[in-house]
Amino acid sequence: MNAPEHKVVTLKPASEPRGVGARMPFVDGIEKVTGTARYTADLPAGGALFGKILRSPYAHAELLEVDISEALALPGVRAVITGDECDMPYGVIPIAQNEFPLARDRVRYIGDPVAAVAAIDEVTADAALALIRLRVRELPAYFSAAEARQPNAVPLHDNKADNIERAVHNEFGDTAAGFAAADLVREDNYQCAEVHHAMMEPNAALATYDAERGHLTLWSVTQVPYYVHLTLARCLKMEAAHIRVIKPFVGGGFGHRTEALNFEVVCAMLARAARGTVRLLMSREESFLAHRGRPESHIRMKLGMTREGRLTACEAEVVQRGGAYGGYGLVTILYSGALLNGLYDIPAVKYDGYRVYSNTPACGAMRGHGTVNIRFALESLLDSMAAELGLDPIEVRRRNLLQAPTDTINGLKVMSYGLPECLDWVEAASGWQARKGKLDRVGNIGRGLGMACSHFVSGSAKPVHWSGEPHAVIILKLDFDASVTILTGASDIGQGSSTIITQVVAEVLGIDYSRIRIIANDSAITPKDNGSYSSRVTFMVGNAAANAAENLKRILVAAAAKRLAVTEAEVDWLGEAASSLSNPDKQISFADVAEEALVATGTLTVKGTFTCPPEFQGGKQRGGAVGSTMGFSYAAQAVEVSVDLDLGKVTVEKVWAAIDCGFAINPMSVEGQVQGAIWMGMGQAISEETVYENGHHMAANMLDYRVPTIVESPDIEVHIVESIDPNGPFGAKEASEGPLSGFMSALAAAVEDATGQRFRALPITPVHVFDALNKKPRVAKPQAESAQGAA
Amino acid sequence: MKSILRLAVNGKPREDAVAENALLIDYLRDVLGLTGTKQGCDGGECGACTVLVDGKPRLACSTLAHSVVGREIETIEGLSRAGNLSRLQRAFHEHLGSQCGFCTPGMIMAAEALLRSNPHPGRDQIKAALAGNLCRCTGYVKIIESVEAASRAVEQAA
Repeated sequence: MNAPEHKVVTLKPASEPRGVGARMPFVDGIEKVTGTARYTADLPAGGALFGKILRSPYAHAELLEVDISEALALPGVRAVITGDECDMPYGVIPIAQNEFPLARDRVRYIGDPVAAVAAIDEVTADAALALIRLRVRELPAYFSAAEARQPNAVPLHDNKADNIERAVHNEFGDTAAGFAAADLVREDNYQCAEVHHAMMEPNAALATYDAERGHLTLWSVTQVPYYVHLTLARCLKMEAAHIRVIKPFVGGGFGHRTEALNFEVVCAMLARAARGTVRLLMSREESFLAHRGRPESHIRMKLGMTREGRLTACEAEVVQRGGAYGGYGLVTILYSGALLNGLYDIPAVKYDGYRVYSNTPACGAMRGHGTVNIRFALESLLDSMAAELGLDPIEVRRRNLLQAPTDTINGLKVMSYGLPECLDWVEAASGWQARKGKLDRVGNIGRGLGMACSHFVSGSAKPVHWSGEPHAVIILKLDFDASVTILTGASDIGQGSSTIITQVVAEVLGIDYSRIRIIANDSAITPKDNGSYSSRVTFMVGNAAANAAENLKRILVAAAAKRLAVTEAEVDWLGEAASSLSNPDKQISFADVAEEALVATGTLTVKGTFTCPPEFQGGKQRGGAVGSTMGFSYAAQAVEVSVDLDLGKVTVEKVWAAIDCGFAINPMSVEGQVQGAIWMGMGQAISEETVYENGHHMAANMLDYRVPTIVESPDIEVHIVESIDPNGPFGAKEASEGPLSGFMSALAAAVEDATGQRFRALPITPVHVFDALNKKPRVAKPQAESAQGAA
Repeated sequence: MKSILRLAVNGKPREDAVAENALLIDYLRDVLGLTGTKQGCDGGECGACTVLVDGKPRLACSTLAHSVVGREIETIEGLSRAGNLSRLQRAFHEHLGSQCGFCTPGMIMAAEALLRSNPHPGRDQIKAALAGNLCRCTGYVKIIESVEAASRAVEQAA
């Protein structure tokens, strides 16, 4: 063999942190801090038409006529479309597709899209909208689940006469026996207001229709580009092969963008109708109306407990006001029941869930999907019962821990379980034993501590579309320039998924980051990915990335062996170089190895995949796949508050949070995810709620919808517990959803510690605290009452 | 109706025909292509469009372009010099003060105004200066740490 003279490469210490476990800044962070990151609204589109949507001013009405003749005749208008443009209903769950991009026959909430225009500029588009005439017959409208469930209520959808989209009834174990064996049985009602994602980037889409070829390209803010892709093919009755979907930088999602949304389809339909390019920028108000957030929930929670604090049974009833369309609704109501399990050892669990249609914007998936409100109820009741039995809140949780690995009674697998270590850290860091119940009142300021636990899936083990494909695919390309390009369909929406994937590949190959590029989310280039939802990317795509990198490494080691004229077993793989174990001084560079690897084959593309085996895909009961996962994250947190006893204002002073994320591929990013999750929980706990008055959204802006500002945001100290999950990449699990759902009850416990009052309704605003502390139930005006939702 | 707007943007004098009712954010984004300045709300709610006008933070979404005639406008694109990140840009990048990045340009511009007037602010001063800038990803913890890190950093030589 005529191997060329080997160059000697001196390996320098890495100038950057390498591989997994490093606190690495985001691979796309430079673009974000310099303003060069292009989000959908930033994309250059010279000559693009201006799109605009006409929305229903009626909460519930038959749509008799949409007259667009005058709008079409307006100079500068290039297209006007109505519900006639699309007769294919869509929706993320194949068995619950009942939404049209533009309403047909019926409008079901104030804000339901009715028609859309594309015009040469915004002024013309607005003028055209004003010329569209609607003729309707109004129907009774229902703004609460209770109203919609009245026996004589008009059904929103013909196939659900009782307005119940999905009722779930199941029982695992023997709850009657469990309650009989309990020393204390207690039942309380809990209520959670509807909350919204309020991601910072408003919705936006850009569509180009190539009329000559009949091809469509759409850029959008989606978390799941392939859902959008399939929805476009369905609604526009186009071949999927004629559609290209690109996700540019996305300014957050938190679940809002885990299903195809009407504006994306409308933008594409406008582009096709206008035979050109249309930009559709949604206002903040319109982004609120697209909603998909966490539903208003009424929860009846009953627990049985021995006097030692062991749980004997749980019975929960949940009613969710789901809004006007199916969306993710049936998954949400199933999640609420399924994830009663998997955190503690509860021998028997009975669950009754009702997802109810209403004339409000459709709810959907939001960070902690389906698990947050019921966790608030369960953890709150656990605290109340512990107090009744004279048990410490942390101790009562310790008495109900699981032992991993184990199967839950509803068929979920718990493979790693770092909750005990999380509890230990939170107890120590917060000074729990010395401070709980012992914080002094300072003047009119009461102070208190509370804690809670929570968990979440690392990706759903059974995807929405069960096609038999792997759960994740990664492609690596190695070319003549000795660069490695990662191709992924995983959507980085700010959570850092591109960074995690890059770290995994760098770790396995051992090469410098400067050699690696990542290209994501262009359906013409990158492999399909199931998307960024249910915290699946680190676990599933991380595993696929490790698999791809191992497959490439095998080829590279073989090439190195050939170039070094040794056996593969003798190759010492150094990443940026390779040498032989018997002769360490003889090194060849990565470029040499790449050159050898391309001989006789050329550019290399290597694939890696990951699939969740069927045994992880949940119980056999109907809907049993929901909640199934290969790895649950676990979290415990303690919250310290101060409460102004005169004004009723709750201030979160400090949070101590411990997360079992299996293994922290990027500890800095884990901290950021945990802090963001807990803080989002704080918003739901103390200030955030959507408010509808006769169906009008009264808080569809960032002032009335009270996202906490930096001023009222506490320090959040994060501790990482590494339980090393047997199936996660390098042992990793999710970190960004689980910690959220513990916050509300931890806060409620802290407020109780400070004031003696236990709040069972969210958000815990100054008005509620003031009323409770002053013991004078406020006589609400009718308007204020409806603004608070059902009492 | 358009009329000539004369001002300076990121150190460069400009003369552009701009509609008299145009907002500063639309002038920056649509006329100059400076899309680093973001619109996150329907007007004055979120702070994502924060730019500097004569060194003071201003919401570009609530400022008429013609109301800043003759003034010096600075946007996120003007902060890095000769390809080097500014100390705040570097700190936000290295300390993960930016997750999705959408609020980041406005957040950095507001923090830039703070550090120019108060090079070593305390936490409460940082919070006060950024009170009008919403972030939905970070919980603000790493934003505060980023500003603190920048205030510790030695100014890079120009």
